[in-house]
Amino acid sequence: MPENTAVVKETPEPVKAEAAPAKGAGTGKPRSLWSDAWHDLRRSPLFIASAVLILVLLSMAFFPSLWTDGSPTEADLANNYLRKPEWGAVFQPEWFGYDIQGRSVYNRVIYGARASIMVGVLVTLIVTFLGTLIGMLAGYFGGLLDTVLSRITDIFFGIPFLLGALVVLTSFEKRSVWVVILAISFLGWTSMARVARGAAIQVKQADYILAAKALGASTFRILTRHVLPNALAPIIVVATTALGGYIATEATLSFLGVGLQEPLVSWGVDVAGAFRSIRNAPFVLIMPSVLVSITVLSFLMFGDAVRNALDPKLR
Amino acid sequence: MGHYVARRLLQMIPVFIGSTLLVFLMMYALPGDPVRALAGEKAADPTQIAKLKADLGLDQPILVQYWNYLTGLFQGDFGTQIASRRPVADVIAEAWPVTAQLAIFALVFTAVVGIGMGVIAGLKPNSVQDRVLLFITLLLVSIPSFVLGRLTQTFFAFQLGWVEPNVSLEENWHELLMPAAVLAALSLAYVARLTRTSVVENLRSDYIRTAVAKGLPRRRVVGVHLVRNSMIPVVTYLGADLGTLLAGAVVTEGIFNIHGIGLTVFEALQRREGSTVVGIVSLIVMVYLIASLLVDLLYAVLDPRIRYA
Amino acid sequence: MTLIDEAPVPQGADDSGAPLLEVRDLHVEFHTRDGVAKAVNGVNYTVNAGETLAVLGESGSGKSVTAQAIMGILDMPPGRIPKGEILFKGQDMLKMSGEERRRIRGAKVAMIFQDALSSLNPVYSVGFQLGEMFRVHRGMSKKEARAKAIELMDRVKIPAAAQRVDDYPHQFSGGMRQRIMIAMALALEPDLIIADEPTTALDVTVQAQVMDLLAELQREYNMGLILITHDLGVVADVADKIAVMYAGRIVETAPVHELYKRPAHPYTKGLLESIPRLDRKGQELYAIKGLPPNLTRIPTGCAFNPRCPQATDLCRSDVPALFPVTERDGADLAGRGSACHYWKETLHG
Repeated sequence: MPENTAVVKETPEPVKAEAAPAKGAGTGKPRSLWSDAWHDLRRSPLFIASAVLILVLLSMAFFPSLWTDGSPTEADLANNYLRKPEWGAVFQPEWFGYDIQGRSVYNRVIYGARASIMVGVLVTLIVTFLGTLIGMLAGYFGGLLDTVLSRITDIFFGIPFLLGALVVLTSFEKRSVWVVILAISFLGWTSMARVARGAAIQVKQADYILAAKALGASTFRILTRHVLPNALAPIIVVATTALGGYIATEATLSFLGVGLQEPLVSWGVDVAGAFRSIRNAPFVLIMPSVLVSITVLSFLMFGDAVRNALDPKLR
Repeated sequence: MGHYVARRLLQMIPVFIGSTLLVFLMMYALPGDPVRALAGEKAADPTQIAKLKADLGLDQPILVQYWNYLTGLFQGDFGTQIASRRPVADVIAEAWPVTAQLAIFALVFTAVVGIGMGVIAGLKPNSVQDRVLLFITLLLVSIPSFVLGRLTQTFFAFQLGWVEPNVSLEENWHELLMPAAVLAALSLAYVARLTRTSVVENLRSDYIRTAVAKGLPRRRVVGVHLVRNSMIPVVTYLGADLGTLLAGAVVTEGIFNIHGIGLTVFEALQRREGSTVVGIVSLIVMVYLIASLLVDLLYAVLDPRIRYA
Repeated sequence: MTLIDEAPVPQGADDSGAPLLEVRDLHVEFHTRDGVAKAVNGVNYTVNAGETLAVLGESGSGKSVTAQAIMGILDMPPGRIPKGEILFKGQDMLKMSGEERRRIRGAKVAMIFQDALSSLNPVYSVGFQLGEMFRVHRGMSKKEARAKAIELMDRVKIPAAAQRVDDYPHQFSGGMRQRIMIAMALALEPDLIIADEPTTALDVTVQAQVMDLLAELQREYNMGLILITHDLGVVADVADKIAVMYAGRIVETAPVHELYKRPAHPYTKGLLESIPRLDRKGQELYAIKGLPPNLTRIPTGCAFNPRCPQATDLCRSDVPALFPVTERDGADLAGRGSACHYWKETLHG
C-alpha cells in the first residue's frame, strides 16, 4: 500500500503559527489563536462527529466489558465455524458472525480496539515528542547542529517507511505491541521533525523572540515558552492527521504477517486472518476492516477540524 | 544551475550511504540469521553453518561487511542471493521493470486524477461537488490499501470476472492497471486534498483578483494563473511520493501476485537475505533521491522566485 | 485599428450625455459567520471623463468594496448586491451578462491595486502579464503583445524596458512594480481607472513620483479616475472632488479645497484635525475617540453618533440624508453635501 506515512507528508508547508486576529471586524475583546480555535471547533459538525466517534472507540479500548460479556478468544468450532452474522442480534456475540475458528467476530472487534488504538496513540506520542525535539533543536540553533540533524532526518526519510518497518519487524520472531510501536516510531519521526524545524525557523526570526532574548531569557525558556507554543499548531495538525495512518500501518503490517500476532487480538490480525476465508465468508473481513476505516476516518476528520480551526488562511 | 545540480549530487552521497548503512544494520544487527533460515529452523551441523558463513563473509565484523558491500555496489556488484546463488543484480534486473511500470502508472494516475479532483473541488469551496470529492478522498484514505486491493480483486475478478485476479507472468501492461489504481488510491486522495487546499488558497490571492480585473475569461484565469501556482506544493509531494509508491508495491504485488521488486524483497525478507533486501532498498532510496532532485529543479521552473546558484 | 471585442458591448453607450460613471444607491452586504455585514449602504457618486474623485475613509468604510462592486470583482458569495445601480456611460453594469462585464473589465474600466507585489502573478514575467491584455482583449499575437508591453513600460518610465520585459515581478523595486500595475491598467486606454490605495505600500519619496505619473497619464488620456485612499495628504494635489465614507455611507462630498478649508461633517473635521501640522507643534494630536463600527451591528441613526462629540437624540434615532450644503445666507455651494443633522453648526460654527 502507498504507505500511510503519506499522512504525515501531506503538510510540507507548515501551517502558519501566528494567526491573524479573528476577522469579524472588531467584535471587542481580542481572542487568542487557541480560544478562537476552540470557539470554532465547538461549532464544527466535523469536530463534534469525529470527537464522538473517537470517544466511542476509546471506550471500546479501555472498557471492552461495557460492550460485551463474551470473550474474544473463546472458540467453538463445532457450532460456530464461519456461522453467518445475525444482524438483528445487536450487541450480541452472534451479531457479526463467527470466524474460521468459531470465535465471535463482534467480541473480537470490540477487544481488538485496544491494541490498534494503543499503537496509533503511542506511536503518535513518541513520534511527536522525538520529532518535535529534533526538529526544534535543528531549526532553532541552526548551523552545524542543524546540518547534522537534518542529514540524519534525510537518511531516515529516504528509507520508505513501510519497507523499513518490514525490515525491522521481520527480525523479531515474537512481536509484542511494544515492538510494533517502537518499529513504527523508529522510522516515522522524520516528517514531524521537518514540520517542527520549519516552524522553529519561522518563529525564531519573530520580533518577540528577539525581545525575549534582549530581556535575558534563557535559551531553555525561549524554546519552551516561545518557540514551542508557536510551533504547536502545525505539529498538532500533523499529529492528529497522522494518528489514523499509524493504525492503518499496524493493520497493513499484520496483513503482511510482520505486525501483531495471535493470540493478541487486534483488527489488523483479524483482517489478515479473514483473507483465508474471503471467498465463502466475506463477513469475517468486513467488520474489522470497517472498524479500521472508521478509526482512521475519525482521526482524520478530527485532524481536519483542528486544522481548519488553527489555520486562519483556510477559512 | 550546473553548480547546484553538482552540489546536490554530492549531498546525496552521505544520505545514500547513511540510508544503506541503516538498512544494512537493521538487516544484520537485529536478530535473525539468513543461513539458519536457509537451513531451516533446527539446522543440523554447526560446522557446516560456520563454513557457509565464512564463504559468504558473514563471519566478519558488521562494518567490514558493510564496507565490502558498498565497494562492491560501486562496481555494480549487488552481491549474491544465498538461496538461489544468483547474482542479486540479475534478480533486480528481472523484477525492476514490472515494478517501475506499476509505479509509473500509479504516479500518472495519482497526478491526473488527484489534481483533477483537487482543482474541481477547490474552485468551488464548500459546494456540493467539493464535499462529495472530499468525502471520496476521506474514504480512500481510510480504507487500508490491502483491504481495498482484496476487495477490488474479489469484486472485479472473482465476482464479475472482468479481469484476471492475478497478473500473469508475461505482465501485459493492461493487467497492471487495476493494481496501479489500488496502489495509487491513497496518494491520489492526498494529492486531491493538497491540490484543493492550494487552489482554495490561491483563489483568494491578490493576483487572481488582478487577473479577473484584467477581464480575462474564467478559463484563462484558472488555466493560466491559478493552476500553475497551485501546482507548486503538489509537485513536491508527487516527487516524494515515487519512493512511497515503490515501497507500497510490497502490498500491491503481494495481493495481485505481481513478480516485481516488492514481492522479491518480501520473499527475501522472509529468508533474511541481506544482500537482496539491502540491494533493493538502496535502489529505491536512489530513485527517491533522484526524484527529489528532479522535483527541486522542476520547482525552479514553476516558480521563478526560486533560483539555484 | 479594429477592436475585436468592441462590437457587442457598449450598444447605445456614449450617446446619452450621461456621466462616465454613476453609482446610484448602491448596497453591498456580506454573509459572515457573525451575521450579515452591511459594507455599503446606499452610496451615490458620479465621475466624469477627465475628472478625479477621491474616496476617503478608514478601512471598513466601504470604499474598496464599492470599487470592487464597480469592477465586478466582488466575491459573490459571500458578497451580495441587494440594491443599486452602477451606470457606466448610462448602462447599468449590474444588469449585464457576465461576458459583457468581462469585456468591460480591463478594457474600459481598469483597476490599480495597493500591493503590486502580491497583485502581480509571481510566476509569469511582467511582459507576459502586460501582453496578456492585448492578447485576450485585442487578439494580438505573442510577438505583437510583447512589443506593446515594452511600449507600455516605456510610457510609465521604467528604464531599459526592452531588457526588463522578461523579468519577473519580484525582480523589480516597489515603485517600479507599481508602475507596472499602472501600465497594465492603462494598457487598453480605458475610460475609467480605479486606483485603490495605489501608493500606500510605497516609500514616501516614491509615492509622489507614482502619484504624479498617474495624474499625468490621466490628463493625457482624459480618463476618469477614482482614487481610493485613507491618506488626506495624497488627495490634496490630484483630486477634483472628495467623497468621505463612513460605515458604508458617504458622509460628506465637496470639491477638494473646500473640504479642507471648511468641513461640514464632524467626522471629516475629526480626520482633518488628526493630521499632524507644523503650526500646532507641541500640542497634543487630536484623535477621534472610539472605533469604527462593526458592520454587522451598525448603530441606529447616524452611524458616527457613538464617536461624535455633538451627537444628540436625533442623531441616535434618525439616519441623516446627504443634505445639500449652503452658505449661511442660503447661497448654493455647488457639489457640497453633508450627512449630518447639524451640518450648519459644523460648517458655520
